[in-house]
Amino acid sequence: MTYMLQIFSSDAGVEFDSLTEDEQNAIHGEYLAISNAPGVTAGAQLEPATTATTVRVQDGQTLTTDGPFVETKEALGGYYLFDAGDVDAAIELAARIPAARMGGAVEVRPVVQR
Amino acid sequence: MLAALIGFLGDFDLAEEATQEAFAVAADRWQRDGIPAHPGAWLVTTARNLAIDRIRRDRTFAAKARLLAVPEAVEDTMDDPTFDDSAFPDERLELVFTCCHPALATEAQVALTLRTLGGLTTTEIARAFLVPEATMAQRLVRAKKKIKAAGIPFRVPRDHLLPERLVPVLAVVYLIFNEGYGGRGDLSAEAIRLGRALADLMPDEPEVHGLLALMLLLDARRDARFRDGELVLLEDQDRVLWDREQIEAGRVSLERASALQGNGPGGPGRPGRPGRPYVLQAAIASLHAADTRDWARIAALYGELARLTRSPVVELNGAVALAEAAGPEAGLEALDRLELDDYHYLHAARADFLRRLGRTDEARVAYERALELAHSAPEQRFLARRLAEL
Repeated sequence: MTYMLQIFSSDAGVEFDSLTEDEQNAIHGEYLAISNAPGVTAGAQLEPATTATTVRVQDGQTLTTDGPFVETKEALGGYYLFDAGDVDAAIELAARIPAARMGGAVEVRPVVQR
Repeated sequence: MLAALIGFLGDFDLAEEATQEAFAVAADRWQRDGIPAHPGAWLVTTARNLAIDRIRRDRTFAAKARLLAVPEAVEDTMDDPTFDDSAFPDERLELVFTCCHPALATEAQVALTLRTLGGLTTTEIARAFLVPEATMAQRLVRAKKKIKAAGIPFRVPRDHLLPERLVPVLAVVYLIFNEGYGGRGDLSAEAIRLGRALADLMPDEPEVHGLLALMLLLDARRDARFRDGELVLLEDQDRVLWDREQIEAGRVSLERASALQGNGPGGPGRPGRPGRPYVLQAAIASLHAADTRDWARIAALYGELARLTRSPVVELNGAVALAEAAGPEAGLEALDRLELDDYHYLHAARADFLRRLGRTDEARVAYERALELAHSAPEQRFLARRLAEL
């Protein structure tokens, strides 16, 4: 099965910028290690939600608004796609993602199989 | 039987349907041909074959590739003289861990466990938890769908996951027990049955025996807990009504749990394992069932349990035990460190300590506060009585 691990960071969580350079590098290293883990087929980090643009189409008209679709304190900050035998493997990988222990969370969702 | 089928088929619904069909076939055939030598194995095999037939008819056959590897062989084994019940592994343990997987909501865990392991019908579960049957049916459907769609595995978690995965399993069983302890005795009995099954399946886990011990010890006092609909405090209970045999059985389980963890109740156990809240609670329940209660020991165990659970309610219980062991002054001191101002038991305990210290005015204020916060009628009556007696 394929799982999408959606990484949410929280305003209330640990401020990444306030960490020392060494600490930041260590965290980057952790993310890199997960990107290279067996079964991880894709992944990306997103620019902050303030850079988002939301698009709707009504009566054939494209409506474009500034900001994310849902305004929340916890914004989607990135994701991984992970092929695993079952949800336990996905949960274990999710628990290794630094955001999960820094006040954020990782949402594990199965991808629809076609 | 259901566990074996779910393990084999990887599908709860299919397994349930096939089981029912197999029983129907059995009712017919056994009457005609007599009961087979190994009825259990016969039923599982028949249900398996029925399920395979059904899948073959099913268009989504290819999706169930897991079954392609199971050839006709199983269909022939029934006539094999060496074939018996041991041909099928007991997969109830796998089933427990699937039903109590933390990716499922607690309510769903409880419902699935009662349905698949306890064998209760949806109607019975709905009645036990006071929800409409349709709600319960939907809860079960949704849970089964999630198991399939999210890839919740059917297996016993690997060793490094076992301690944390055991926590929801035990919590579900204890929840079922407590639901019954509030009055519906059939659920307590079901929880104890599940607890016994878990102890058989995981004989090396101290907490499993601890939970079983705790349930047996608490349930042994069932008949003494109410008199004419009024709650009876432990010290006022008629001990003749206690089930001595069950208390003994609880103590045997507790000893087994303590022996397994090596370090006495609640000890650190194996490295990397969490503490033992059920073993500790069972040890406390066992001391409460003694002829003379060792309050100092009870207070010490509550202290250990409080460190483990960081629960102020546990500390409150500890303060009550301390008051018995070392006097109301000590109990009062412990109480005043707690932040439980909205909890009526805190004020009731405080009032009791103040009363015993002869600080009547303060006791009155505390009883009044407790009375304000208590919701159940028997508790209110009890507090009002105490207040009047000051």
